[in-house]
Amino acid sequence: MEASKVIHAIYTDDDVLMSAVKKVKAERFHIEEIYTPFPVHGLDKAMGLAPTRIAITAFIYGLIGLTVATVMMNFIMIEDWPQNIGGKPSFSYIENMPAFVPIMFELTVFFAAHLMVLTFYLRSRMWPFKSAENPDPRTTDDHFLMEIAVNGNEEGLKSLLAETGAVEINLVDKAH
Amino acid sequence: MYTFSNKLKTFSFTLMILGALGVGYGFMTSHLSFDEVETLLAEEAHHGGGHGEEAAHAAPTHDEHTKANTHGETAHASSEDHHVDAHKKHIEHVQHQIANRPWSALYVAAFFFMMIALGVLAFYAIQIASQAGWSPVLFRVMEGITAYLLPGALIVLAIAVASGTIGHYNIFIWMDPELSNPDSPHFDKLIAGKSGWLNIGWFAVRGLIFIAGWSLYRHFARKFSIAQDTAEDNSNFKKSFRIAAAFLVFFIYSESIMSWDWIMSVDPHWFSTLFGWYVFASMFVSGITVIALVTIYLKSKNYLEFVNENHLHDVAKFMFAISIFWTYLWFSQFMLIWYSNIPEEVTYFVTRFQDYQLPFLGMVVMNFVFPLLLLMNADYKRIPWFVVMAGLVILCGHYIDIFNMIMPATVGDRWFIGIPEIASVLLFAGLFIFVVFTALTKAPLLVKGYPFRKESEDFHY
Repeated sequence: MEASKVIHAIYTDDDVLMSAVKKVKAERFHIEEIYTPFPVHGLDKAMGLAPTRIAITAFIYGLIGLTVATVMMNFIMIEDWPQNIGGKPSFSYIENMPAFVPIMFELTVFFAAHLMVLTFYLRSRMWPFKSAENPDPRTTDDHFLMEIAVNGNEEGLKSLLAETGAVEINLVDKAH
Repeated sequence: MYTFSNKLKTFSFTLMILGALGVGYGFMTSHLSFDEVETLLAEEAHHGGGHGEEAAHAAPTHDEHTKANTHGETAHASSEDHHVDAHKKHIEHVQHQIANRPWSALYVAAFFFMMIALGVLAFYAIQIASQAGWSPVLFRVMEGITAYLLPGALIVLAIAVASGTIGHYNIFIWMDPELSNPDSPHFDKLIAGKSGWLNIGWFAVRGLIFIAGWSLYRHFARKFSIAQDTAEDNSNFKKSFRIAAAFLVFFIYSESIMSWDWIMSVDPHWFSTLFGWYVFASMFVSGITVIALVTIYLKSKNYLEFVNENHLHDVAKFMFAISIFWTYLWFSQFMLIWYSNIPEEVTYFVTRFQDYQLPFLGMVVMNFVFPLLLLMNADYKRIPWFVVMAGLVILCGHYIDIFNMIMPATVGDRWFIGIPEIASVLLFAGLFIFVVFTALTKAPLLVKGYPFRKESEDFHY
């Protein structure tokens, strides 16, 4: 088992954090992860993360929901047991479609929303009974933690982080 | 400061002149004599019938019933007499529809451009009342567009009143006093019952009250906005905030009643309880689209250097969202009436499906499917030419929306988008461009002293 060293720099303000991220990136250090108590707007761009693809999955899930609704309503209301509701006998899906539109819409939204959340959890490696990866509980309250890989130039990195306004700089052994 | 380029000014005048000529032509050619209409109908029947012959036959049933009664009383009605009479009635009906067309075309176009200005005014008031941080860089564009509201709304009201005084009840059938006169053979009990609300005098007074309210808000909002540019404190901003909140309350009532008066009453037997919202959605999305188009135009002429793709992105988000909101209301109105299938309600959609199938369903594609697919992707909302393309489709779609609200009641199946319609659009487009861009030259394009100006300039998605 190889142990690599990382530095945990702790900040107390999101604006300070943002400018620190820009400086650290400019010095070509590799930021492994940032833990924040709330989503910080623009942080993903400052860190240089690839754009999220969750919107594409949401679109696909929406289409799946729409298909499920159509197939389901066609089976229930037209094929299996045609009902005559409001003087409109159910013999054709197209002719009765206005009645099914709310269901088609709702299931599209339902599938897109729920499956998107599940995808997000799985992609973030969060599932039931998983122990927290969070290195410092204070990041769930009012502190921001930046984790940077150390490759030899430990002192330079420490002084750079001190300049950016970090309130605490810890060298941590991270077991892989 | 913006200067109104001569090129654009010439363009707007060209539009107005072309439009005026076309509108004149439309009125000149709309008065066909009885014989001409008879020949026209005979020719159409000969050619296998024009579009929707059936509806034209179905429409005069009301008159025929009245006649049947009178015949019953005199008790010596031969069936031949009745046939000749029905034929005469039909021709007069078609003659009237043909005469209605230039009036309706003019009215639809006038209303369309007026509602753009009114939609922008509501949007502007919402931005101020909600203290939005992203939009203040666009305030002067919005104020420019709302300058068209006063002339535009007065023109709409003038056309409506003129159609019932100078014209021959060419848009609003209830303006005909015969219909609420119990002694007349044309007496219509339902219209007579509504005549306390639907009469020209009270109609005009209501219209003037609404226009006065909107214009007063627009006047003071503009005044405080310009005063805030050079002010030392935020007192003008606070005043503009207060009147924006008050205006929005007035607006949602007056806009609802306006939509019953100016649009829904063309079908005086029919009503829909969410009509005000439906018209509002149409005007809101059209207004927001025009904000985007004017902004992109000014930006292409190197004005508005403080506006960037982040602001465009937010405007395009609104275009996307309100297009879906419009569809929601369109569908809600349709589905309830379709499902309950009550004859006096469903006739509204029967006419549209029989005689207006292409514009009625085409508009759903233009107003829903296009914006949904074109503007869904976040990246596309930041590309100006993409927003322009989507915006033009949305505007055409909402013109057709208004067209579908007015025309079936006035011209029936005798509709076409020809010279009277296109010329009316050109006429009011020219006037709109002239008024809006003249107003834009009157003040700096940035609200310098507005408290959220910095936030808006630094705004990024």
